[in-house]
Amino acid sequence: MELVLERISKRVGGQTWLHPMHLELESGAVTVLLGATQAGKTSLMRIMAGLDVPTEGRVRADGVDVTGMPVRERNVAMVYQQFINYPSLTVADNIASPLKLRGDRDVAQRVRALAERLHIEMFLDRYPAELSGGQQQRVALARALAKGAPLMLLDEPLVNLDYKLREELREELTQLFATGDSTVVYATTEPGEALLLGGYTAVLHEGELLQYGPTAEVFHQPNSLRVARAFSDPPMNLIAASAVEGGLQLPGGARLPVALPADLAASGQLTLTLGLRASALRLQSRPGDLALQGVVELAEISGSDTFVHATTPWGELVAQVTGVHHLDLGSAVTLHLDPAHAYVFGTDGALLLAPARPGGR
Amino acid sequence: MARIELDLAHSYKPNPQQDSDYALLPLSMVFEDGGAYALLGPSGCGKTTMLNIMSGLLVPSHGKVLFDGRDVTRATPQDRNIAQVFQFPVIYDTMTVAENLAFPLKNRKVPEAQIKQRVGQIAEMLEMSHQLDMRAAGLSADQKQKISLGRGLVRSDVAAVLFDEPLTVIDPHLKWQLRRKLKQIHHELKLTLIYVTHDQVEALTFADKVVVMSRGRVMQLGTPDALFEKPAHTFVGHFIGSPGMNFLPAVVDGATLQVAGQRMALPARSLPEGALQVGVRPEYLALSAPQAAGALQCRVAQVQDIGTYQMLTAQVGDHTIKARVAPEVALPAVGDSIWLQVLGEHTCFYQNEELLA
Repeated sequence: MELVLERISKRVGGQTWLHPMHLELESGAVTVLLGATQAGKTSLMRIMAGLDVPTEGRVRADGVDVTGMPVRERNVAMVYQQFINYPSLTVADNIASPLKLRGDRDVAQRVRALAERLHIEMFLDRYPAELSGGQQQRVALARALAKGAPLMLLDEPLVNLDYKLREELREELTQLFATGDSTVVYATTEPGEALLLGGYTAVLHEGELLQYGPTAEVFHQPNSLRVARAFSDPPMNLIAASAVEGGLQLPGGARLPVALPADLAASGQLTLTLGLRASALRLQSRPGDLALQGVVELAEISGSDTFVHATTPWGELVAQVTGVHHLDLGSAVTLHLDPAHAYVFGTDGALLLAPARPGGR
Repeated sequence: MARIELDLAHSYKPNPQQDSDYALLPLSMVFEDGGAYALLGPSGCGKTTMLNIMSGLLVPSHGKVLFDGRDVTRATPQDRNIAQVFQFPVIYDTMTVAENLAFPLKNRKVPEAQIKQRVGQIAEMLEMSHQLDMRAAGLSADQKQKISLGRGLVRSDVAAVLFDEPLTVIDPHLKWQLRRKLKQIHHELKLTLIYVTHDQVEALTFADKVVVMSRGRVMQLGTPDALFEKPAHTFVGHFIGSPGMNFLPAVVDGATLQVAGQRMALPARSLPEGALQVGVRPEYLALSAPQAAGALQCRVAQVQDIGTYQMLTAQVGDHTIKARVAPEVALPAVGDSIWLQVLGEHTCFYQNEELLA
């Protein structure tokens, strides 16, 4: 489905829930709504579903104005955080309900096929209450998929599940979305989840749409400080800097050679922000690196990575290094960074410079 | 503060006959005084049961609980002198932040001057000093949960502080700060902390030692790096790491090793004859030259840009393996044949799901 939100906004009482925004969803693909709680993800989804009417603007589905058309007249499937199933129906009947409603044939066969795709075929005769949370959410997902709606809305569907189960189900969902032709909207607070889902991402912050584009592109080219903050985990290291001949002047006297736009001085932009992803800071040096001395405040081993928190002349920084590294609290550490991995944001927070992407992708 | 010893089992059924009747299978374990521990596992693994037995909310059906050598199996949470922090904020909305933090101390009749000092210290650690006089009702869920954490940590005389999924309602960015705060607070206050979670990142970053559990069984008690480098059981290998460890079937036959049907020379270590599993983490699975010793020929199934690195999914026969590759590495296209280095210093070998020493 081609879904277009034309200059919509939402105000409730005196409060603005959604600032005016224009969003044309990529048809037949996954769009991730990424933002912290209160960013407006659910408000936006409710408008997409037809559960709420925007205060201003129009909603168009496949070119037809559907603003104000109630949800029951639209063909939308929804999955929520809470596992919502019909408690008095078996798993099979739960999945079958949208098919029966439509008067489909070979219902049993379709139900079995969907159950197999979500690995719940052994529970078809059970009731939802007899299943674990993960299994219940699989039933809700199977029912949403059974509907075969051209628009599928998922509001943090995995948030109440175990970490490992989330990983498994997310991978299965990514494949299901890729093989289906529905337009899918998926809300999450987690940057990592957005990257794993791929597709397109709309970054929301306090009711504002900040950026929309292919997920990897938004991640690598955040157009503002606010997007960079929202789309990084661990948080991007942000350092106050000033523009000087040939690069950036940093606290403590270091200079970082980066190619800044020529007209910066003319436009009066002297105070800038250097952005460094935690993964851009390394413990080993490579030719051309800049070295930064610091003191270890904390080293967290997360399994595959070690997060080194260090106090440096540039402030408190976090480095994400692959593998297990033991660093004592209070010990000296040298962080290395390649100037080519620097992000630079202007006085107004707009992106001035982003690292070139490997392979030109 | 206390050293906690568990030597027990728990069944919710009256006459447990088989393993599946137990919520907690027989176990014996010690939580050292002043240590930071995490109980980690999927839902239904028994971690909350274990926590409730330690707190005194639940009496184990078999065995006993010792605090500093004293049998407290039947003692109430009050008698055990335990502080607890739950998944959702448990605070008094009508009180100010300072009153909320002082409450557990007032209850214990701690002198006023000492209360003031301790509340100030905890508020500063949690960066809430500027909010001390604000009413809790007006605060966000995040802030309320911070008060809950503060209330758990405010008493210096507790035997242990138990946390049950305390960061569930917290946004990812604040989680980073709070995890760090908890760790620093632990360094400063040296309380015995026990933290239940299903989130491996929270468990590994918080704790000095992690108890990994599955189906009522303790699979491994180890440091974060031991769980990563040398998982004692394939479950731990799979559960820790995102994605978890890759496992491939292997057979040792004289001087050759067959991995997923491909022959290679035995690594320089003794392995028993017969069927094994080779375990290698995605982080240690590197691209190698064709026919390299210890490498497997695979087919590329998927390449994903995960932001800070690339995820390569490859097929070897019927098996899928994943490799985490640095962003600057140029990867082959889907369908291409590649070689991945499976044998190396970080490779683990398993027999019947258990790690071979």
